[in-house]
Amino acid sequence: MYKIAKENLAALFQLIAGSRELYLPVKVSGQVNFRAWSEDAEVDLDTLKTVKSPKDAFFPQSEDLYTCRKDGKKLTVEPEALKEQDFVVFGMKACDVKGVEVLDKVFLADPVDSFYAARREHGTIVAMACHEPEETCFCKVFGADCAEPVADVAVWMTGEELYWKSLTEKGDALTKSAESLLAEADAEDEKKVEEEKASIRGIVEKLPYSNLSLEGWNGEALNEKFNSELWEELYKPCLACGTCTFVCPTCQCYDIKDYDTGHGIKRYRCWDSCMYSDFTMMAHGNNRTSQMQRFRQRFMHKLVYFPANNDGMYSCVGCGRCVEKCPASLNIVKVIKSFQNQGGDK
Amino acid sequence: MQELINRAKELLADGTVARVLGWKAGDLPYNPEPAYFEKEEDFENFVYNGFCGANLSKYMIEASKLEGKTLVCLKPCDTYSFNQLIKEHRVDREKAYIIGVGCKGKLDIEKIKGMGIKGIESISGAEITDGADTLTIQTLYGEKTCSYADAMLERCHVCKGKEHKIYDELIGESKETKDAERFDSVAAIEAMSPEEKFAFFQKELSKCIRCNACRNVCPACSCRKCVFDSNKFDSSQKANVDSFEEKMFHIIRAFHVAGRCTDCGECSRVCPQGIPLHLFNRKFIKDINEFYGEYQAGEDTDSRGPLTDFTFDDVEPGIVAERG
Amino acid sequence: MSIETKEEFRPKIVAFCCNWCSYAGADLAGSSRLSYPADVKIIRVPCSCRVNPMFILRAFEKGADGVILCGCHPGDCHYSTGNYYARRRMTLLFSMLDYIGVENGRTRVEWVSAAEGVKFSTTMNEFVEKVRSLGKNVRLEDLRCRN
Repeated sequence: MYKIAKENLAALFQLIAGSRELYLPVKVSGQVNFRAWSEDAEVDLDTLKTVKSPKDAFFPQSEDLYTCRKDGKKLTVEPEALKEQDFVVFGMKACDVKGVEVLDKVFLADPVDSFYAARREHGTIVAMACHEPEETCFCKVFGADCAEPVADVAVWMTGEELYWKSLTEKGDALTKSAESLLAEADAEDEKKVEEEKASIRGIVEKLPYSNLSLEGWNGEALNEKFNSELWEELYKPCLACGTCTFVCPTCQCYDIKDYDTGHGIKRYRCWDSCMYSDFTMMAHGNNRTSQMQRFRQRFMHKLVYFPANNDGMYSCVGCGRCVEKCPASLNIVKVIKSFQNQGGDK
Repeated sequence: MQELINRAKELLADGTVARVLGWKAGDLPYNPEPAYFEKEEDFENFVYNGFCGANLSKYMIEASKLEGKTLVCLKPCDTYSFNQLIKEHRVDREKAYIIGVGCKGKLDIEKIKGMGIKGIESISGAEITDGADTLTIQTLYGEKTCSYADAMLERCHVCKGKEHKIYDELIGESKETKDAERFDSVAAIEAMSPEEKFAFFQKELSKCIRCNACRNVCPACSCRKCVFDSNKFDSSQKANVDSFEEKMFHIIRAFHVAGRCTDCGECSRVCPQGIPLHLFNRKFIKDINEFYGEYQAGEDTDSRGPLTDFTFDDVEPGIVAERG
Repeated sequence: MSIETKEEFRPKIVAFCCNWCSYAGADLAGSSRLSYPADVKIIRVPCSCRVNPMFILRAFEKGADGVILCGCHPGDCHYSTGNYYARRRMTLLFSMLDYIGVENGRTRVEWVSAAEGVKFSTTMNEFVEKVRSLGKNVRLEDLRCRN
């Protein structure tokens, strides 16, 4: 394990950015989101959750796939180049890292998504333990341990120091390139990190959502959950905006569209939201015609369809962003709890 | 709140209304959701406190299509929206039983968290009946306090007044919360140089994630199908592909409600990225007031909106360049 | 005729002209052999009121450096009142563009009757000159549309 004084972090970022692209939580107009590092960027590692999840680093909200250009009678098609530059995402949390695992299941399964795969190959994740988890967090429920994130490098921030532990080859390579600023940690430091972990786990136990039960949510529950009358009631406040899907670290649905540039076409893909009326729109129309059906799709996908197809893995990681951001205060926790209560009544 | 619940139960029991549209307590101290109550036992979870910021007039568009009357709890600012919706024939007055509820300013959880208060377990002082000026917040990291006014939504600081513009009956006291001028924030931007203005909006809009929450929560945005949802429209409606898209979306969104926007502030309240969207809407309101005379949308149900009206000697568009 | 060097900036101008007055005014300018820069691309619309804010923004998106709307003089609208509504809309839109930091010389409204060929030509000359002095539109441009 290594350590670096917090005051030297700016130098560390500068050093990393010298050889790789660096994405980390940056505050712009009061909101913290993952953005590319620059010398004048206001880096904020204290805010627990960025508004948007860092999934953008691997699966951007929109990306070009290819460009068609028309020049007289000549038509050229230029595919977009795959990511070739190494980059580092610094400060992802355990839940965010787990979110990437979910995305891997989707994009790295056959047929492999080459854009995503290239980004995964060139990306190094530095995950940070959650110093002070918040009431909206429930990563424990989905098996993430925010006291000890598993990524290429894990870091802990306590007091005046940041502790750095490489866990993979990619992590070793990054550590090596930052060696000049990292100091060897001693037994005393190891102890401090252990204390930090214990303290985090202590708080996690006290979080209101930590004991949420997922009983009954699995691939087999399809018909029973799908046909439940509860959905009719639960969806009512939903405004059909895409906030929950766009802040989510695991939502992976996308749409592919063409943009007319006046001298050709740009084909791009962008995140889609099951909350939108044109979600999975086909020539014959839409197979989900009501907001109730769209609302149900979101939760059924995360808690039933996804585990059914991925060895029981849920596509929710308990980051709690939807809990914080839904304009109508709806969220996956309320849905899970409502089904639980209904089960209890029976 | 008890008075409100009792009255709602009464009206439900005697068949005056078929359902009640109010707020249901959430599972955290600050996340009540808009909800329908149809049976007496549902009221266990009924809540009305400082976190009930949602403008229920929006939900009345759908509720107007239901069988029977809906009792709806409207705050003073929500009644402007309701009036405006009546004017546009989007809600049915006959289908609504309006209880005007008192308001002492609505709270913004983002502001509370912005003060570094996290791990919230409970909040006291947010009840509508509390006279307290301070919120006491129990957190996992100790007890915190903050003043009620500091935790209030921006819109409450520039409140249009606590008078209900339309109602069947009133329940609960209100407290004046206005402590700033509504157009000051707009004027501050107007005073900037073009470069500063551009930089300011570019920065704010760069956060936009195109979730459409501002549009969907807006009571004035009541089109069945939005132009930004049209698949024949080649400007993408759900991706932040180019910074132009955000400008286009936000200008058109605000323009489409210009003259109809009551300045209820829901767009800014719901923005997950905290973009001060009201600055667009309020700019149009300020211009309308200056160019065509004072106008408050939702003040009444029959006046002509400023953009569906004209006079022979209106100012020419050149005025924008002339005033520099 | 001046000889233009390659580097000189030639702005792209979109002019929305109403069918009844301004388009006829442009016609008159042409038949009177009054010149105006070829940078102006005219789009004929049934009435100035047909132009909604999206048209203006879309023109900028696709690469216009300036947009001008011409219609009948107030009181002369073929449909009686269309230009009055257009006037209010454009006033608010231009004010908004100014508010977000777009140079306000890039937009203009001018009332041009069918008899005002001279006015059409001078207006266009003036406007093109103004936009030329402002340079390329970068604040309301969609980068994807760049060549």
